[in-house]
Amino acid sequence: MPETPAFAEDPADRTGPTGRSAVRTLLRLWPYVRPVRVRLSTAAFVAIVASCVGLVIPLVLKWMVDGPVADRDPRGVWLGALYLLLLGVAEALLFGLRRWLVARPLSHVEAEMRAGLYGHLQRLPVAFHDRWASGQLLSRGTTDLMLLRQFLAFPLTFLLVNGVTIVVGVVIMLLQDWTLGLVMLGPAVPLIALSAVFEKRYAHVARLAQDQVGDLTTVVEESVLGIRIIKGFGRHRSQTRAFRELSRTLRGTELRKARLLATIWAVIMTLPEVAIGAALVVGAVQVADGSLSAGTLVAFLSTALALRWPVESIGFLLAMSQEAATATERYFEVLDAKPESAEPSASGEREPVPGGGVRSPSARLPAACDGLRFHGVRFRYPDAPPDSPPLLDHIDLHIRPGESMALVGATGSGKTTLTALVPRLHEVTEGRITLDGQDITEVSREELRSMVAVAFEEPTLFSTSVGDNVLMGAGATAGAAELRRALSIAQADFAHTLPRGTDTQVGEQGLSLSGGQRQRLALARAVVGRPRFLVLDDPLSALDVHTEAAVEAALRQVLSDTTALIVAHRPSTVLLADRVALLSDGRIAAVGTHHELLRTNAEYAHLMSGGHSPEEEDEER
Amino acid sequence: MTAPTTSVPTPADEADPPRPEDTGDPFDRDALPAPPGATAALLRSLLAPMKARVAGTTLLLLLQQAAVQAGPLLVAYAIDTAVPAFRDHDHGPLVAVAVGYLLCAVASGGLQWAFIAAAARVNQDVLLDLRGRIFRHAQALSVDFHERYTSGRLISRSTTDVESLRELLNEGLQELITVVLSFVYISAMLLWLDLSMGAVAVASFGPLYLLVRLYQRRAGRVFRERSTAIAAVIVKFVETMNGIRPVRAFRREAVNDADFRVLNRRHERTNGDALLEMARYVVGSRLVANTAVAFIVLWGAYRVADGALELGVLAAAVLYLRRLYDPIDRLGMFLNSYQSAAASLEKIAGLLAQTPSVPEPSAPEQLPALESDLPGREVVFDGVRFGYRTGGEVLPRFDLTIPAGQTVAVVGSTGAGKSTLAKLLARFYDPSDGRVLLDGVDLRELAVPELRRGVVMVTQEAFLFSGTVAENIAVGRPDATREEIERAAKAIGAHDFISALPDGYDTDVRKRGGRISAGQRQLVSFARALLADPSVLILDEATSSLDIPGEQAVQRAMTTVLRGRTAVVIAHRLSTVEIADRVLVMEHGRIVEDGPPADLVAGTGRFANLHRAWRDSLA
Repeated sequence: MPETPAFAEDPADRTGPTGRSAVRTLLRLWPYVRPVRVRLSTAAFVAIVASCVGLVIPLVLKWMVDGPVADRDPRGVWLGALYLLLLGVAEALLFGLRRWLVARPLSHVEAEMRAGLYGHLQRLPVAFHDRWASGQLLSRGTTDLMLLRQFLAFPLTFLLVNGVTIVVGVVIMLLQDWTLGLVMLGPAVPLIALSAVFEKRYAHVARLAQDQVGDLTTVVEESVLGIRIIKGFGRHRSQTRAFRELSRTLRGTELRKARLLATIWAVIMTLPEVAIGAALVVGAVQVADGSLSAGTLVAFLSTALALRWPVESIGFLLAMSQEAATATERYFEVLDAKPESAEPSASGEREPVPGGGVRSPSARLPAACDGLRFHGVRFRYPDAPPDSPPLLDHIDLHIRPGESMALVGATGSGKTTLTALVPRLHEVTEGRITLDGQDITEVSREELRSMVAVAFEEPTLFSTSVGDNVLMGAGATAGAAELRRALSIAQADFAHTLPRGTDTQVGEQGLSLSGGQRQRLALARAVVGRPRFLVLDDPLSALDVHTEAAVEAALRQVLSDTTALIVAHRPSTVLLADRVALLSDGRIAAVGTHHELLRTNAEYAHLMSGGHSPEEEDEER
Repeated sequence: MTAPTTSVPTPADEADPPRPEDTGDPFDRDALPAPPGATAALLRSLLAPMKARVAGTTLLLLLQQAAVQAGPLLVAYAIDTAVPAFRDHDHGPLVAVAVGYLLCAVASGGLQWAFIAAAARVNQDVLLDLRGRIFRHAQALSVDFHERYTSGRLISRSTTDVESLRELLNEGLQELITVVLSFVYISAMLLWLDLSMGAVAVASFGPLYLLVRLYQRRAGRVFRERSTAIAAVIVKFVETMNGIRPVRAFRREAVNDADFRVLNRRHERTNGDALLEMARYVVGSRLVANTAVAFIVLWGAYRVADGALELGVLAAAVLYLRRLYDPIDRLGMFLNSYQSAAASLEKIAGLLAQTPSVPEPSAPEQLPALESDLPGREVVFDGVRFGYRTGGEVLPRFDLTIPAGQTVAVVGSTGAGKSTLAKLLARFYDPSDGRVLLDGVDLRELAVPELRRGVVMVTQEAFLFSGTVAENIAVGRPDATREEIERAAKAIGAHDFISALPDGYDTDVRKRGGRISAGQRQLVSFARALLADPSVLILDEATSSLDIPGEQAVQRAMTTVLRGRTAVVIAHRLSTVEIADRVLVMEHGRIVEDGPPADLVAGTGRFANLHRAWRDSLA
C-alpha cells in the first residue's frame, strides 16, 4: 500500500513558490477575469464608496456632538440624525450592490476556469495522464478553484478597499489633528516589513497543504477503484492507516499555517492598538490643554477605531491571497502542459500532400490504397531518459489494405504501446506511420481517430446508455441498425435483454457489467463505425471459449474489408488474422502466417503453444 | 433507513443490473437518506470529545474580546475623568489610561494568537476525525455499495464537503463566538451606560433575528443543491480522467466538454444563487443596523441636550454602537459557512448512515487450528441462495463441499453464476439464505483479518495503487520482508520484468518508466495472493491477460503453491483445468457436472464439449 505520498510530478517540477512573486502569479488570472472586469471594478468602486460612507458617519457624529448637541439645537439634532439615516441606508445598499455585482460573474469565472481545465486535460497527451494521479488533477479543479473564486470575491476587492479606506482614514485623521495622525502612522513601517516576511513563509506552507490535499484525494480515489483488492485481502486497515498518515501530515501542515496566521494576526492587532492608546493619551493631554476640542478627539478616535477592522483584516487577506497564488500556480502547472496539437504537425510539410495540400477526407486519393505501414519507427516514452534504450526500435511493418495482422509478443514486449502509436495516443520518437500512404502526422488527430477505431485491453465504459457507449465509435449518423449490427458482431446481444435494452445506463466505468460483457461492448464500439483501420488490443481475453468462437466468426466478416492490427495472446485470436508479426526486444522479429511461424520460429512456437523454452530448460538442468 | 435499496447487492457479474432510472432512487439523486437529526448528531459527536478544549478556546476568546472591548471604556474614562483630572494637575488617571490601553493592546494580541492556535488544533482534530470516519466507513461498506455510489461522489464527500466544514470551523465558529460575545458584551455595556439607549439597541435584535431565520431557510436549499452539483462535476471529471485513452481514441473531447459544461453550469448557477442570498441578507441587516444607529443617536443627543446624559457617555455609546453592528457581516459569513457545512454534513451523514451489507461480526469466532501442517481448509456451501436486488435468483439453493486441499476448477458460460460463487466465498456478498462455512465456521462469524487469513481472491482487474511495485505486492501481507516479496514474485515469474524496471522493486508505478502492462499487472496481483498465504485461494479469471508461456509459468508455480491449499479457479481458458483435482460445470446457478477432469473429458457432457472446443482453439 502506498506509504509514500503519491506525488505525481517529478520532484524537480515542484519548485517552491519562493522567489516567485504572488502578484505576478495572480496576474495570470487576468484572461479569465477580463470578461468580468467591468463588474469587478465597479464592485470595487462601490465597495470603496461604501467604506468611505462608513468613514463619513463618525464625522457627522462629531458635527452633532460639537454643534447641535452642545448648542442644544433640536433642529440640528434632527438634521444630523436624518443624515445618519441616509448615509446608513446608502451604505447598506452599496454593500448589497457590491455583492450583487460580483455574485454571478465570479461563479462564472470559476466555472470557466474549471471547464478550461477539464477541456485542456482531455487534450493533454496520454503520457501526461500516466504520470499524474487524477486526485491531484481533481483537487486543482475543485478546491483550488474555489480558493480562487473566494480570492476574487474578497481579498482582491478588500485589499484595495481596505487600502483606500486606510489611506482616506489616515488623511482624515491627519486633517483633524496632524500630531495624532502621525502617532497613528507610527506602526505602519514595522507592519509592512513583518507582513512581507509572513507572506513568504505562508506561501510555502500553503503550497504544501494544497499538494497534500491532492495526495489525500488520490488515496480516496484509489481506495474506491481498488476496493475489490482491498476487500479481497482484508487490507482496509492498512489502507486506512495510509490515509490516516496522510491526513495527519495534512493536519500538521494546517497547524503550521494556523500558527503563522496567528502570529501575523497578533502583530497586526497589537501594534495599531498601541498607537491608538498613545493617540488617546496625547489627545487627552491636548484636550486638557485646550488645544483640541473633545469632539475632535471623539471623532479622531472614532475614525481610528473604524480603521481597526480594515487594518486587522490585512493579515488574513494576505493569507488568502497567498493561498490563491499557490492555487493559481497549481492550476497553471496543468494548463501550461502542452496539449496535443489539433492541427496536423509541421513535420507533415516535408511531404506535400498531392492536390495542393488540401486535407479534407474527400481529397484523399482512394488510389493510394496502401494499408497501414510502420517505417523505421522508434519509440521511447517522452519522460524516459533520452539515453535509455528505446522501447520500440526499427519497427518496419506493412499491413496491406484489407489485411489483418496479429501482433504477438511476450508480456511487456511493447505490443500495447505499438498499437497506441497508430491513433497517436503517443507520438513516435522517430520514423513514420502511414495510412494509405499518408503520414498520420499530416492529418488532424480528430480525422485520424475517426479513421482508426480502437478496442483497448481495459474496456472502459462511460456513464451513459449502452447504446451511446457503442455508438460513440461511429459518426453522428449511425442509428439503431448500426447498433444492432455491431452488437451482434461482438456477440453482445445481451444488451437487448437489459432492463431498458440498449438505453440501460451503465455506471462509472460500467462497473456493473462483467469483464466479458464490457469487453464485448468495447469491441462493438470499435466495429460500429465500419472503420477502415481497426486496432484491437487483446480483444477477447475475458471471453469464454464458446463466446470467443462466435465473436471470431463474426469478426472475420468485418475484418475481410478492414485493415486491422490485432494484439493477440492465443492461437484462437491469432487465427483471426491473415498474417502474424512477432514483436521481440522492441523489434519485429518475424512476419508470416501462423503456421509458417510455428514451424520456423522457436520463440513464436513457445509463445503460442507454451512448453518450455530452450533457455528455461537450460536453467532447470 | 431504507435498507432494501442499499443492502442488496447489485450484480457485479452476470445477470445485469437494472439500474433504477426513476429519479426516486437516492443514489441517482445523490441524496442518501439520513435519519432525522443525523446531521446535528454528527456535528455533536464530532465536537463532543473536544468539549474541554472548545470551552478553553471559548474562554480565550472571551478574554480577548474583553481586552478589545475595554478600549471605548477607557476612551470614555479618559475624556470624562482623566482630562479634567489632568487639568487639575492630577496625572494619575491619564497614566492609568495609558497603561491600561497598552495592557489591553498586548493582551488582545497575545490572546488572539493563543486563540487562533488553539482553535486550529480543535478544528484540525475534528477534520481528522471526520475524514477518518468517512474513509473507514467507506472502506467498511461493501463492494456493491461502491459500484453504485461511484468514486467521484466519495471523493466529493471527503474533499469538498469536508472543506465546507473546515470553513465553518476555521472562520465560522470564531465568527459566531465573536459575534455572540460582542452582542452580549456591547449590549450590556450600552445598557449599563444608559438604560434607554441600550434598550433600543437590544430591540433591534428582533428584526435581525427574523432576517437570519429567513436567510437560513432560503440558503439551506441552495447549498444542498450546490453540494449535489459539485459532486456531479467531480464524478464526470474522475470518469474522464480515468478513461482518458478511450476518450481520446473515440474523440469524446467535444461531447465531454458539452456534458461537463451542463454540469458545471448547474454548479455555477447554484453557486451564484448562494452568493445572492448572502447579498440580500447583507442589505437587510445593514439597513436594520444603520436605522437603529440613527435612532439611538437621535435619542441620545436629545438626552444630552436635556442634560440627562453626559457628553462622554454619548461618545462612548456611539463608539459601542458602531461596533455593535460591525459583526453583522460576520454573522452573515458564519451563517453562510454554517448553511454550506450543514448541507455537506447532511450528505456525509447520509453516507455514514449506510450500514455495510456485509457487516463484521460483533463477537467474532476463531477458525479451528489446522489439523495438519498443510494450510488448506474445508469449504461448505450449505443451502445457499443468492439473488440480486432486481430479483431473479442467481444461485437457487446451492450445496457444495470442497474438502481441504482440493483444487476445484469452475467452468460455465457467462451468467452461469461462477463469479457469484467466488464472491460469496470471498464474502464480498452474503447469501440471502443458507451459510458458507470454512472449516465449519460461518464466514459471517469471522473478523476480517481472520477471514483474510482464510480466503483470498484474485480478480482479473489488477489494480495498482500509487507507490512502488514492492508496496503493491506487499498489499498481500504488509509486514512481509523484501526477501518474501521477491520470493513471491520469483515464484510467479514476475521477478524478471520487475528487475528490469528502472528502480526494480522500488519503481514507482506512476513515475518514469513505471508503465506496467496488463499481463504484468496480473502477475503482480498473483504475487500479492502468494504473499497473503491463505488457506483458500480464489482465482477469478486471474490469468486472462497473460500470454501462454506466462500462464504456464503461473500454473507451474500454482502446482507447488496450491499443494495442500484449497483453491477455486474460475477460468475461460481450460488450461487451468490441468491443475485441478475436480471440475464443476455450472449453468443457471446450478452445478450440472462434477467430477475429476479426466472423467469429464472422457464423457460426453458439456465439459467434454467445452474441452474439445478449447483444444481446437489452440490449433
